[in-house]
Amino acid sequence: MEKPELNNNQTDAIIEVKNLQIKFGKQEVLKDVTLNLYKGENLVVLGKSGSGKSVLIKCIVNLLTFKNGTIKVFGDDILLMNRNEISSMRKKIGFLFQSGALYDSMTVKENIEFPLRRIKSELNEKEIDEKVKEVLENVGLIDSINKMPSQLSGGMRKRISLARTIVIDPLIMLYDEPTTGLDPITANEISELIKNIQEKYNTASIIITHDIHCARTTADRLVMLREGEIYLEGNLKQFEESKDEMIMSFFK
Amino acid sequence: MKIVIPKIDVNKIASHSIKISEKTLAKSELANEFLLGIGNVVLFIQRIFTEMFSGRAEFKEFIYQCYQMGNKSLPLISVTGTIMGLVLTIQSRPVLAEFGAESLLPGMVAISLIREIGPVITGLICAGKIGSGIGAELGSMKVTEQIEAMEVSSTNPMKFLVVTRVLATTVMLPLLVLYADALGIIGSWIGANIKGDVTISLFFSQAFSQVGFNDFIPSVIKSFFFGAVIGIVGCYKGYNAGRGTESVGKAANSAVVIGSLLVLIVDVIAVQITDMLL
Ligand SMILES: Nc1ncnc2c1ncn2[C@@H]1O[C@H](COP(=O)(O)OP(=O)(O)OP(=O)(O)O)[C@@H](O)[C@H]1O
Ligand SMILES: [Mg+2]
Repeated sequence: MEKPELNNNQTDAIIEVKNLQIKFGKQEVLKDVTLNLYKGENLVVLGKSGSGKSVLIKCIVNLLTFKNGTIKVFGDDILLMNRNEISSMRKKIGFLFQSGALYDSMTVKENIEFPLRRIKSELNEKEIDEKVKEVLENVGLIDSINKMPSQLSGGMRKRISLARTIVIDPLIMLYDEPTTGLDPITANEISELIKNIQEKYNTASIIITHDIHCARTTADRLVMLREGEIYLEGNLKQFEESKDEMIMSFFK
Repeated sequence: MKIVIPKIDVNKIASHSIKISEKTLAKSELANEFLLGIGNVVLFIQRIFTEMFSGRAEFKEFIYQCYQMGNKSLPLISVTGTIMGLVLTIQSRPVLAEFGAESLLPGMVAISLIREIGPVITGLICAGKIGSGIGAELGSMKVTEQIEAMEVSSTNPMKFLVVTRVLATTVMLPLLVLYADALGIIGSWIGANIKGDVTISLFFSQAFSQVGFNDFIPSVIKSFFFGAVIGIVGCYKGYNAGRGTESVGKAANSAVVIGSLLVLIVDVIAVQITDMLL
């Protein structure tokens, strides 16, 4: 089998997860996860529901803390960072929440402005306005600009949430199931958008997904999580040709 | 300018009660939970204070919260305030009339409204209306990952959500209490006019001839504490809500129950202190 054409040079890793272990009480969610994300690549993470995919990326931005293992982002160990360093690390990372996490009390416009005003405080009102419109056009929802989240459908919320994530031009994107709950056409558009973001800004992304079309469109490399460990790692071809039952059930 | 926070070593209190809780672990699950709760509340309050005095203030959100709280509870407080004054007057008139002391009516009603009934009724209403609102709002923000979303947008949710709300309840409660007092006296005037005929200006001047600063100041100070308690309990319950949707209801519910209870406890303490000082 051919080796994936990847820059496996250690210095190119911008996220390094090493021997990560996560427990909630007695439940061991992640046992021993070692994983790198390299510059400019899209890494797709597959795994059954409850296998700890969301937990993994929440650890990367320090929303969940852990005792065993190390995570380095841009070469710095996040356990050794102080509050300011964590905050400035987060400014460079876009995080798409699985549930969307739109602010219920704010309009779509205010939702998207929120991270923009706080992370890119150098922008003036006109630039903010343009930026908001640009990302809304990217996700095809410019008409909803003045709606409240409660007036949107589930798929629309997801897309607004994606717009809110990409508006700050992050260097790293962490997508938690970007296409779940969308119709196939919109799902494909979102997958294309993810691919475009990578090509345009050279962002590195971790994409958690169950949607195999999304994986096909976006993935440079894939990993499968199972029972708290990395079960398989490889490129798309290796996954599609795998004879493993678990992998095949994802790619059928 | 540096603001000096009085040195009470809350860390020590918190870590102490957590330590005790660890020791009792084997003995009693319930006592353990209680002590852990106290430890966590003390830590929470300490965090509110440190966040309050550090970094950029979220002034806009604070003003917005004040506006929301006032706006939402005004109708309810108007109705209750007026009715309290009205009922109080109708009820006490026959008793006073028996002693021929009807002229004392406005003053008596004003004093009882300002000293006790106004603050406590407003406190309880706000514990219900505002406390449950905060508990439910923060609880649902917690459950739907909105608080985490704020954190990754490099916004401190403790500062943006909690400090602003606690300050807003603390500032708004005394104002709402004064408003309830005023409406109570108007209600009392309406009550007095059912069987008599007094002009409102005469009624007010009669009422305030009996009321002094000694009645106002303790009641305003007390209301500040009511507000702080309601804000802190609502925020604590909402911010620490569990992971399911049902925990939103739980957070709102216990915010009201504990909030109301604490308003009454603070009231008892305040009355004792006022009694000793005056
Ligand atoms: N904050 C938490 N406290 C306690 N348990 C948690 C917490 N977060 C996650 N878990 C548990 O960890 C496990 C993995 O959760 P996670 O959300 O990472 O799954 P997932 O792989 O993202 O699944 P899905 O595909 O359904 O989103 C679950 O059993 C969940 O109950
Ligand atoms: Mg998940």
